[in-house]
Amino acid sequence: METDAQQLVNAQGESLTVEQAVVNLQQTEDTGLRYYAAWWLGRFRVTQPDAVDALIQALDDESDRAPDGGYPLRRNAARALGKLGQSRAVAPLIQCLACDDYYVRESAAQALGALGDDRAIPSLVNLLAGGVEAAVTVEGKPHLVQPYNAILEALGCLGAQLAVEEIRPFLSHSVAQVQNAAARAMYQLTGDDSYCQRLVERLQEPNLQLRRSAMMDLGAIGYLPAAEPIAATLAENSLKLIALQGVLEAHLQDIRFPDADLSPEAQRVLALMDDLL
Amino acid sequence: MKESPSVDQPSTINEDLAPLIRAVEEADSKGAMVVAVGRLAAQRHPGAIPTLIQVLGYNNPGAAVAAVDGLVALGESAVPALLEELDGYNYGARAWAIRALSLIGDPRALKILLETATGDFALSVRRAAAKGLGHLNWALLPAEQVAAAQSQSLQALIQGTEDPEWVVRYAAVVGLQGLALAIDETSCTQEFTAIQQQLQRVMQQDNTLAVQARAKLALTTLADAPMAQ
Repeated sequence: METDAQQLVNAQGESLTVEQAVVNLQQTEDTGLRYYAAWWLGRFRVTQPDAVDALIQALDDESDRAPDGGYPLRRNAARALGKLGQSRAVAPLIQCLACDDYYVRESAAQALGALGDDRAIPSLVNLLAGGVEAAVTVEGKPHLVQPYNAILEALGCLGAQLAVEEIRPFLSHSVAQVQNAAARAMYQLTGDDSYCQRLVERLQEPNLQLRRSAMMDLGAIGYLPAAEPIAATLAENSLKLIALQGVLEAHLQDIRFPDADLSPEAQRVLALMDDLL
Repeated sequence: MKESPSVDQPSTINEDLAPLIRAVEEADSKGAMVVAVGRLAAQRHPGAIPTLIQVLGYNNPGAAVAAVDGLVALGESAVPALLEELDGYNYGARAWAIRALSLIGDPRALKILLETATGDFALSVRRAAAKGLGHLNWALLPAEQVAAAQSQSLQALIQGTEDPEWVVRYAAVVGLQGLALAIDETSCTQEFTAIQQQLQRVMQQDNTLAVQARAKLALTTLADAPMAQ
């Protein structure tokens, strides 16, 4: 949307055009400008070919390095490409799954899940090698050896039925968020409601972060029976509304709205959303 | 929601109130805070208003919900203090205060709702204000001011349906539905029709399915209203 760009420019006090963003991304003097340009192109869904080319090129960047040895620009470029729906980004993103920066692998896995191309499945499944036993924390880091959440969620989105047996053990991983991601993928791959019930139970957890993440998972998979529990959980209205939007829109697509009329279920979710505004 | 239980009573000092206020001030965990605020809110006593408003700025969603409930139950008597609070710079508190004002529906909030529905930086504030503009208790305004005030609301809400954030557009649709139903009672056929046309546009052209669906529901609701017959 045009108005989107205008609004952001005002809020940030920075003005960018698509042409300028591409130029900023291609220059190598100012890493800050490159980083911002990559984000900006994704945020405004710029799909013109030279922008996509520049983002794909940025996946190989060597100049922008974080103190921990990571690749900030690659991370942002991968995230942006996940929003642009361009299938020629799939192969370069698959390459990123082998990057030694954890956060590049995470962004690439999320992007590949969003792009919905099943060519990514084998490489994603490879990252689950060693199963739960191998899925331990990296010493001195705040993360596990692989971005398991992103990998499991992507496999669920990609409909990787063949990976069900590799995914199932992660339901009992020691990290609650990983369990959630596995439950979410298992539901998407098997259609078995009991996996969603685990997520619904999480909405009663004393820990706010866990309630938030379960809520967003239920919204992402569009589990209609979770609408009331989402509305009732103790969390910000803003997040509840996003989760309920996910639930509602999955259902609307099922019933083929707007060609079909609103179902009683859709009206029920809308009423819950009205109360949270 | 429109009643204001304690405002006209002589404000005798409620002996139960002081310890409840102290419990809020001394709560040592987020959970304890939620419980303490809930107990204070349940008194429905105007003496609780300053404390309840203070809680809106604590960045504790559970406690803020309980405080908003308490303020809304107090109704009109909470409005002046809420309007003063809006001068503050805490965006979280601002969103909750706007939400409370929207739910109370006192037209003294009209000016601030008009300003924030389209001009506030935080989308949660624009969202709450848009809903509120459609749900004011117009009967509390002098009759000769109603038409102008409703027309200002209508303009702000139509602008709200063009907001870059889907949830603000959604709230503007909810606001337009509420306004149309209120107009229905005051018989402004032209504006009722303008709302229907805008909702039709949103239903056909919005890029977010949830917003389209809400516009459809609003149109169905309005089709059942007497004015539309």
